[in-house]
Amino acid sequence: MSGAILSISRLSAVSDRDQAPILHEVALTVERGETRGLVGESGAGKSTIGKAILGILPRAVRVTSGEVLFQGEDLLKMPAERRRRLVGEQIALIPQDPMTALNPGRRIEGQLTDGLRLWRGLDARGARKIALKLLDEVHIRDPERVLRSFPHQLSGGMRQRVLIAAAFALDPKLIVADEPTTALDVTVQKQILRLIRNLQSAHGTSVIFVTHDLGVVAQICDSVTLLFSGRVVEEGRTGDLLQRPQHPYTRALLDACPRYDRPDVGLKPIPEDLIARLRSEAAA
Amino acid sequence: MSEELLLARDIEVAFGGKRRWLGRSSQPVRALHGVTISVRRSETVGIVGESGSGKTTLGRALLRLVDVASGSIAFAGQDITRLSEGRMRPLRRRMQLIFQDPMASLNPRHVIRRIIVEPMLFHGVAKNHADAESKARAIFTRFSLPHMCLDRYPHELSGGQRQRIGIARVALLAPDFVLADEIVSGLDVSTQALALNLLKDLSRDLGLAMAFISHDLSVIRAICDRVYVLRSGRVVEEGACADIFAGPKHEYTRALIDAIPLPRIDPDWLRRTTAADVAA
Repeated sequence: MSGAILSISRLSAVSDRDQAPILHEVALTVERGETRGLVGESGAGKSTIGKAILGILPRAVRVTSGEVLFQGEDLLKMPAERRRRLVGEQIALIPQDPMTALNPGRRIEGQLTDGLRLWRGLDARGARKIALKLLDEVHIRDPERVLRSFPHQLSGGMRQRVLIAAAFALDPKLIVADEPTTALDVTVQKQILRLIRNLQSAHGTSVIFVTHDLGVVAQICDSVTLLFSGRVVEEGRTGDLLQRPQHPYTRALLDACPRYDRPDVGLKPIPEDLIARLRSEAAA
Repeated sequence: MSEELLLARDIEVAFGGKRRWLGRSSQPVRALHGVTISVRRSETVGIVGESGSGKTTLGRALLRLVDVASGSIAFAGQDITRLSEGRMRPLRRRMQLIFQDPMASLNPRHVIRRIIVEPMLFHGVAKNHADAESKARAIFTRFSLPHMCLDRYPHELSGGQRQRIGIARVALLAPDFVLADEIVSGLDVSTQALALNLLKDLSRDLGLAMAFISHDLSVIRAICDRVYVLRSGRVVEEGACADIFAGPKHEYTRALIDAIPLPRIDPDWLRRTTAADVAA
């Protein structure tokens, strides 16, 4: 429970086309066993950071400086082969859209057991046994049937459960969860958040939780990094950041959230001069 | 405040079930099972439900965009349940729709000016082009949209700007009733706050009756007077927002409210389950 599993420092990236800055000197650490929220509105760079960790940055994005240390090794500098091994085996992704993340032409069984057969050298029967256990862990009631199913035969919530099972299959050290509940209904979202939290604490996994929703952050993240225009605006323990926000942007973002518990507050648009000031700082 | 502008009684909507080629017929799927809903003048009514609850179908039925199998719909005292499209046309200006996805509802090949001006001329709310143009400029100023947006294509604008243009286009027609279908679901909270505040001001200034469809009860709480909670094509609970949030009667409503994650520390939230949650 001590020491950082992931440590990003001075990470900068530009768009290859027009050299426009995408990330600027981003620093971020994820401690062992913690969930770190990576929060921002669209264009803040939160997904870019997730992609940089997984090594799936689009070609149009060029990293200009910085390091991404995973257990002390720089993911940006290691040989591609080593990196593929780490990202397959020790770093996993829970993607945003359960509709497109699964191959529509393959049954769940194959998709769920690929990693187990490749990295654990299991045969079909052994992998299947583990897959059934994983589906049970994500509270899928009829795992046999789900293994035989094609993705379109499952609901959105079921597909997301399958993807969570796949992410935990190899018992990774770090999971990047990229807006995993954005496409789901609120009641399903709550079940999925609970599931990720429970599995994470049972397995001792560290999680980077990418989201735009400060409500979700409050409920699931131990610590938060808030981004605006590719820069870290504020970071800290979740409780501190929500109760005593230091940066005016953090306060403004909290004031913009609708609050059913306090109808008198909330829904305040972020002041335009604040946005303009942050933009000009980012461009400088 | 008491006059019901729109009143739908026991409406049912079914899809499919038509006789197909070679005479094979399929069982119709009922999307709404007898829903009753009313919207008064100057009132904003929320319709909330999860995917598949029938909320979008209900909205479309209210505007007569899908036909109802049974029940009745009255608008401004007139029964419109079975009006022909031709006889609906004079009412169309008065009943407007703001779409969920402004990118899909604004013609990508038209500049914004044409998108804004054409409906005003079609419905005769502007005397001529110059009049329409000056009305457009006035509302752009009010919505803090730069006037140069008029010469842009939809893809050149940000999502928030497109959404405000969708609202402006409808506001310029001075409708009596507006249906807003999930209009802020794809937006960042900051742009969402801006769009919702505009809508609130607008409904107050124009005395609009509005039906606001959303899956997000927090947003509904922020802008609606009353709310209908829909599940599987039925209204499970309705009432004033303040009452329903203070004491939801139906367990499904309670589950929906409790499932909203709030940006405050609540150590029990993840563990807390409701009856409906367990059943799901």
